[in-house]
Amino acid sequence: MCLAVPGRLTAIVIEGGLRMGTVDFGGVRRSVCLEGVPEARVDDWLLVHVGFALRVLDPASASLAGQVLAGRLEEEGGTA
Amino acid sequence: MKFVDAYRDPDRVRAAAAALRRSVTRPWTLMEICGGQTHAILEHGLDELMGEDVTLLHGPGCPVCVTPLGVLDTAMALALLPDVILCSFGDMLRVPGSNGDLLLARARGADVRVVYAPLDAVRLAEREPDRQIVFLAVGFETTAPAVALAARTAQQRALKNFSLLVSHVRVPPALEAILSDPGCAVQAVLAAGHVCTVMGIREYEPLSARYRVPIVPTGFEPLDLVEGAALAVAQLESGRARVEIQYDRAVRPEGNAAARALIEQVFEVVDCEWRGIGVLPQSGLGLRASYHELDARRRFAPAVVPSARGSDACQAGAVLRGALRPDRCPAFGVRCTPEHPLGAPMVSSEGACAAYWRYRSLELGAP
Repeated sequence: MCLAVPGRLTAIVIEGGLRMGTVDFGGVRRSVCLEGVPEARVDDWLLVHVGFALRVLDPASASLAGQVLAGRLEEEGGTA
Repeated sequence: MKFVDAYRDPDRVRAAAAALRRSVTRPWTLMEICGGQTHAILEHGLDELMGEDVTLLHGPGCPVCVTPLGVLDTAMALALLPDVILCSFGDMLRVPGSNGDLLLARARGADVRVVYAPLDAVRLAEREPDRQIVFLAVGFETTAPAVALAARTAQQRALKNFSLLVSHVRVPPALEAILSDPGCAVQAVLAAGHVCTVMGIREYEPLSARYRVPIVPTGFEPLDLVEGAALAVAQLESGRARVEIQYDRAVRPEGNAAARALIEQVFEVVDCEWRGIGVLPQSGLGLRASYHELDARRRFAPAVVPSARGSDACQAGAVLRGALRPDRCPAFGVRCTPEHPLGAPMVSSEGACAAYWRYRSLELGAP
């Protein structure tokens, strides 16, 4: 139940006093609460759990897949 | 999908696993905390990919599984009250209470509804002013900010027909209960990534130091899990023990300040019962006094049911502590199946027993 899904923020609205947004999850759009990510801007990628954005994802880290391991183990003198 | 596909790339996963196997000089035992991680490990066969020297024990991170019987029985009783609409996440509907589950309550005429977001339950209360909306709020720290936001919104909008049946738990006290057990086999921990997205890593640093275990907040994709295990093993091999973030695209050491402030505003830390484990001090979140008007236990006090003893045949407590692998339980696949579960781990989408049933039952020869 702690699963969270990345999606792209496409619009921001104030709804009943709450900062809400529309988030595109690979084509499926949902209303998401942005109260936990005051820094979020349109086109940001958000990590969303039960309709609540937990953080703005760092695009720089997306390209690190697979490199982090090799990089860190070398840094720390590992044998990988 | 961006932020997902790269972490599922089979070639990268295999390469990372090969690097991990090469780095291991002796057997190590790790525990992943979150049930979502357990399912990913079994679904992708990561336990086998990591080699014989790395053993993965499965931790207590299934909120549905640890929700006490008394909460389920109370939810059932509230759902059967004539003017109540009981809302919860879909996972809660098939969890067996003392006398059936919420689906059975629905079959008996109760109005039980699945919501995607806690805020949806608040909106339902606005649309249905003549009904009492009770939200059964279960979850770890990941889910607590969304529930806190729903509570704050209901209070700000002065909704008199919205309340919460809260059963919220915190990871660090449960982890400490496991690590402090003299028989504990866990040498390193893959902490639950999204819990740490909210809470950060500060609560884990004293645990890592006190019990001399590496703690690695780890993501949920195959590459995350192999990489998390590799970082943990690298620490073990070199005799170090500290908190090291694998899931750095989503976890900052300080967590999410806005989300933590929401939790702090609505909840306070309380002692809490974990199904199959018992009461753990300071392991839960309860509504603060300023939110007691939203507490379903107070609003519907006569309907509250205390926790009864669970099935003796169900060894969920041992499974949740990592002391018993699900397929080694004598009831697994015989007296306990998803159709006829003895306990919650067999039906929850994060339950360890459900993971073994779904991904291993063929090779285990279960019926």
